[in-house]
Amino acid sequence: MTTPQPTPEMVTITIDGVEKQVPSGELLIQAAQDHGTYIPRFCWHERMKPVGMCRMCLVQVETPRGPAIITACTNTVADGMVVDTLNHDVKKAQEAILEFLLANHPLDCPVCDKGGECPLQDQAFAYGPGESRFVEIKRTFEKPIPISDLVFLDRERCILCARCTRFSDEISGDPLIEFKERANQTEINTFPDLPFSSYFSGNTVQICPVGALTAKPYRFKARPWDLVKVESSSLFDTAHPRIEVHASHNQVLRYTGVDNPETNHGWLSDKARFGFEYLDSEHRLTKPLVRREGDFEEVSWREALEIVANRLDLIKGEDGGGALAVIGGAQGTNEDAYALSKFARVVLGTNNIDCRTDQALSSHLLAATADRATIDDLDTADTILVWGPDLKEEYPTLYLRVRRAAQELGVRLIVIHPRRTGLDDRASLKLQYRPGGGFGLLEEIMAGEHPELGEMLTGRVVALIGAANLADDPKLAESVAAYIRQTAIQARLLPLISRANSYGALDMGVAPNLFPGRVAVDSAGAGALMAVWGDVPSKPGRDTGSMLEGLESGDIRALLLVGADPVGDFPDHRLAAEALESAEYLISIDTFIHDSNQHADVILPAATLTESEGTITNCEGRVQKVNQVKPAPGQARSDRAALSDIASLMGFELGLGTAEIAAKEITAVAPAYAGITWDSLDWEHRNGVIVPEGGSQPLTYIPVVLSGNRPPQAQLTLHTSRVMYDFGIRLRHSPSLAGLGPGPVAHINPGDAPGLGVRQGASVHLVTTTGEGEFSAVIDDGTPPGVVYVPLNQRGATKLGTDPVVRVTVVK
Amino acid sequence: MSQLVVTRRMVENPADSHTLDRYLSTGGYDQVRRAMDLSREQLVEEVKASGLLGRGGAGFSAGLKWSFLAQPRPSYLVVNADESEPGTFKDRQLLERDPHQMIEGIIIASIANEVRHAFIYIRGEYSKPARRVQTAVDEAYAAGYLGKGIFGSDHDLEVTIHLGAGAYICGEETALLNSLEGFRGEPRLKPPYFPAAKGLYMAPTIVNNVETVSNLPHVLSMGAAGFAGISDSTDTGTFMMCLSGHVRKPGNYELPHGITWRRLIYEVGGGIKGDKALKAWIPGGASAPWFVPEHHLDLEITAAATAGAGSMLGSGAVIVMDEDTCMVRAAERIVRFFAHESCGQCTPCREGTTWLEMILRRIEEGSGRAVDLDLLIDVSDGISIGLGWPPKMTTICPLGPSAVSPIKALKDYFRDEVDRHVELGHCPFGESTHTSGEEE
Repeated sequence: MTTPQPTPEMVTITIDGVEKQVPSGELLIQAAQDHGTYIPRFCWHERMKPVGMCRMCLVQVETPRGPAIITACTNTVADGMVVDTLNHDVKKAQEAILEFLLANHPLDCPVCDKGGECPLQDQAFAYGPGESRFVEIKRTFEKPIPISDLVFLDRERCILCARCTRFSDEISGDPLIEFKERANQTEINTFPDLPFSSYFSGNTVQICPVGALTAKPYRFKARPWDLVKVESSSLFDTAHPRIEVHASHNQVLRYTGVDNPETNHGWLSDKARFGFEYLDSEHRLTKPLVRREGDFEEVSWREALEIVANRLDLIKGEDGGGALAVIGGAQGTNEDAYALSKFARVVLGTNNIDCRTDQALSSHLLAATADRATIDDLDTADTILVWGPDLKEEYPTLYLRVRRAAQELGVRLIVIHPRRTGLDDRASLKLQYRPGGGFGLLEEIMAGEHPELGEMLTGRVVALIGAANLADDPKLAESVAAYIRQTAIQARLLPLISRANSYGALDMGVAPNLFPGRVAVDSAGAGALMAVWGDVPSKPGRDTGSMLEGLESGDIRALLLVGADPVGDFPDHRLAAEALESAEYLISIDTFIHDSNQHADVILPAATLTESEGTITNCEGRVQKVNQVKPAPGQARSDRAALSDIASLMGFELGLGTAEIAAKEITAVAPAYAGITWDSLDWEHRNGVIVPEGGSQPLTYIPVVLSGNRPPQAQLTLHTSRVMYDFGIRLRHSPSLAGLGPGPVAHINPGDAPGLGVRQGASVHLVTTTGEGEFSAVIDDGTPPGVVYVPLNQRGATKLGTDPVVRVTVVK
Repeated sequence: MSQLVVTRRMVENPADSHTLDRYLSTGGYDQVRRAMDLSREQLVEEVKASGLLGRGGAGFSAGLKWSFLAQPRPSYLVVNADESEPGTFKDRQLLERDPHQMIEGIIIASIANEVRHAFIYIRGEYSKPARRVQTAVDEAYAAGYLGKGIFGSDHDLEVTIHLGAGAYICGEETALLNSLEGFRGEPRLKPPYFPAAKGLYMAPTIVNNVETVSNLPHVLSMGAAGFAGISDSTDTGTFMMCLSGHVRKPGNYELPHGITWRRLIYEVGGGIKGDKALKAWIPGGASAPWFVPEHHLDLEITAAATAGAGSMLGSGAVIVMDEDTCMVRAAERIVRFFAHESCGQCTPCREGTTWLEMILRRIEEGSGRAVDLDLLIDVSDGISIGLGWPPKMTTICPLGPSAVSPIKALKDYFRDEVDRHVELGHCPFGESTHTSGEEE
């Protein structure tokens, strides 16, 4: 819940002879814009501090000493202010600024990506003198120069507005791009030997008011006026930052950030921005595949569906729904997830269904925690506690919002994580613990051994909690949540899960103990569904780990994998691999072949984001609409369509013909979603609407303190956690991002390195009880002594499992 | 000729005016004790009443500036010794030849403004002055004049010397503060208009010029009325003039306000070399609009009279140009300086000054067009709307509009000379005028 802002005091100003009531203290440029007077600008950006550098927004104001020319972006409104934006001097100034900016501009608009959507073009057209009198030789620079793997810099086009430098300094917190030289030789550049390797570099391309910064994946791909533009949301980040999908000829060419004031403020991580190339990968599955004599064979949908339906019918008839299982469902829309949930219960007759494939928190905590925080709560908090993942790596939108709260709004920040995180520089308090030792630290805290922490957990506390690494038991996060609620009366919680539409899938009942709409699986829940779903099992089913065990032991005979890769994601990778290999029957609905479905009996090609419409639900419970831009490749179809056809062949009608019909059924069946209508999400709730806590939500989960594992007694402990660029299937098939992961590396503290005989870049062999492999050593003071840090799921890296005890030897 | 104030010691004792012994034997550091007996209000009032004007260029009342000092503390004092205005070399002499006088002024200003840490920002090229100041600061620390409990009082005062890195713009007080903080030397946005509100590290800060600070011991020793009485004119005290160019006796002169330009050039400066005719002079550093004999020779040298004629006394640098000086070349040289020294932050200055320089060079080299003078004026108009005084700036700071001053001179007084360049296709003054051989 956001705290209501007090209504600001209003003042009266006169703009071009018309009196306006505007909020006191507002910047003149903003106040004018809100009242219909657009003052041209290049450097000003409403999400960043004004610098007044471009001078395009000069206006005239009356002062006691006569009229003065001032920048509207650096001056706030004052009562009685008289502003002229149109007179001779203002016009003269605007024309002069544009002529100055264009004097050295290369005017290579025909081959510039920005051409057609360029503020310099548009404002030269609207406010410029119409011709240049500059007959001298223009300034030249080598161009373009790559300043990172994703961004090119053209210094000739640059108008030195400081938007990119401010973004990287004020917003993303990695000031790797700066001004150098001075006077007419001033340029933007990176520091020598230090590329612009920011996870957020693409934002600078979007906010660049000229074509000085261009994105490698989009360079020379399209003219903006040829693009079809559809608003949607990114699923690469469970905050679901708002995007606009730009496509041409049924090919997605780029995503741009849309300013949703309640989530991403217009910013996107580079993963969310550039993670679209997989959509048009040649490796996309386009036809149903059936395994025959060991190899996949392309078959018709009809044939594949009949094979699947017959086999599921057979097993269900022999052993009942308990022998069937469903893993996945987090990659699609709520409507797809709802169809899957309904399919499992109604058609397969099982509650063996789970969308969580990593070491996730309990489904009740994730979907229905009491006192759930919104993202906007971060701004009004007294203290933010982050105990869990490094937000910069896994939750980029939350990272930016927490950074802003701590850096710009003065909110106290506590970070608890086993090694250095992207927010440490803004943290008032940072605590580290040995991997696997989280419970020990929590016990110390509860015993009052860290009084500084207790003192800060007062007032409005927002706690972001999740698993920091593979060694963290999910019960730790739940215990932390319980402790915070007990300690800080006004605390709000944001339990974290990192996969796509996981929160939406949980809300749709893709969990063994949840029915749609945050309803617990029990006889009351089943009874309430009777009218629409008919008879469904009322005992909780098995979670992902239990289903994998069931596959291995044989009491689960068939598994339906929907957009899921447990071999890549499940912490106990050995169990996952062995379970899938030993499964009697494996059906996969997916976009690509990967480690988990390569042994499948049938694979059905799936549509994905941008290829179907629907709703999704983010980490704070915000429901937003995603839209279709292009058809799915080949014969790929939505999960919902495939499931409906299988159901029909098995004698059931899901009745979910379109996403809109499914959405309507959700509002009827899922109590928490009762008021969220399809149409409103396109218009008045364009920024999404948060599923209301309480009210029609039946389940409100109170976290409890649980006991957990003891800190490991070992010389070295292993910290294995996710980083932004992993070897997941989508990134693997997105060429621009595929190479950006760190690869198989093991970070070691400089103090530990000599004792281990390890040098930077050395090949080291890591052994745990659950895995072993070779890694390249990185000497890193962000990793504490006694800890070895290995980024999870990297290209060429073997899996080490969850046991934090590790042994390191140098490979000769 | 008149009463010397800040240069008396160096004139009377040229061999050792910079030493502590000489300073102490000529009344040095006596005024600190007097300052300690006065309250902040009394000290501010005394300096205000003395009429002492800031000597960095803007000519703002020093006492008034002090009175703007905001809460909370700590506050800082920054002495602007980044003397870089072309033609200006007065602070250099004060630093080099009477550093203790400045330090005593720093102590007085620090007492008045509750300063515990003062900074002296010295132009990077001033190595000898910097060494002399460092020695003097070391001596002052050793003597207990600086550091913890100065002069046995409970007032602490640290003094840090910082050398600039060669940018003219760091003489602009807010760019200086940025530079001191370790950022690019770029002027800050206004408002806030005065560092006294938000200055160094966002704390209230007094930024005073070397000459201003050096005057403080004398304001106290003479008393406000005595100091004000040195001059008969509206401007009190003395001012240092850096006289250069085509005069017989160039140099630094400490003079009372109120003499005329004619007296300055023809009596103090000994007239024009070779008895040539006077063509123009720059009255207050390269930033100032130019004066010409037909209009300005008999004006009094006061801030008000100079401003009334559309220029300023600025940093006290007077550059005199004789009849053989090419005005286009002189303008080009000055504009080139400003274009080179632009911090690059805001568009009109960064792009406009370089454009002006290019056009002027083209005219001087014989490729001028008939439209070029109007173009120069119009480009200038985009930097300083209307080319008025004080300038109606489109820029963040006055550097860009400073580059317009020579263009204004061409427009108002030397149109025919520009036209001659264009008509002839070369410079009518040939290759051997006085400004050659001074390329950077």
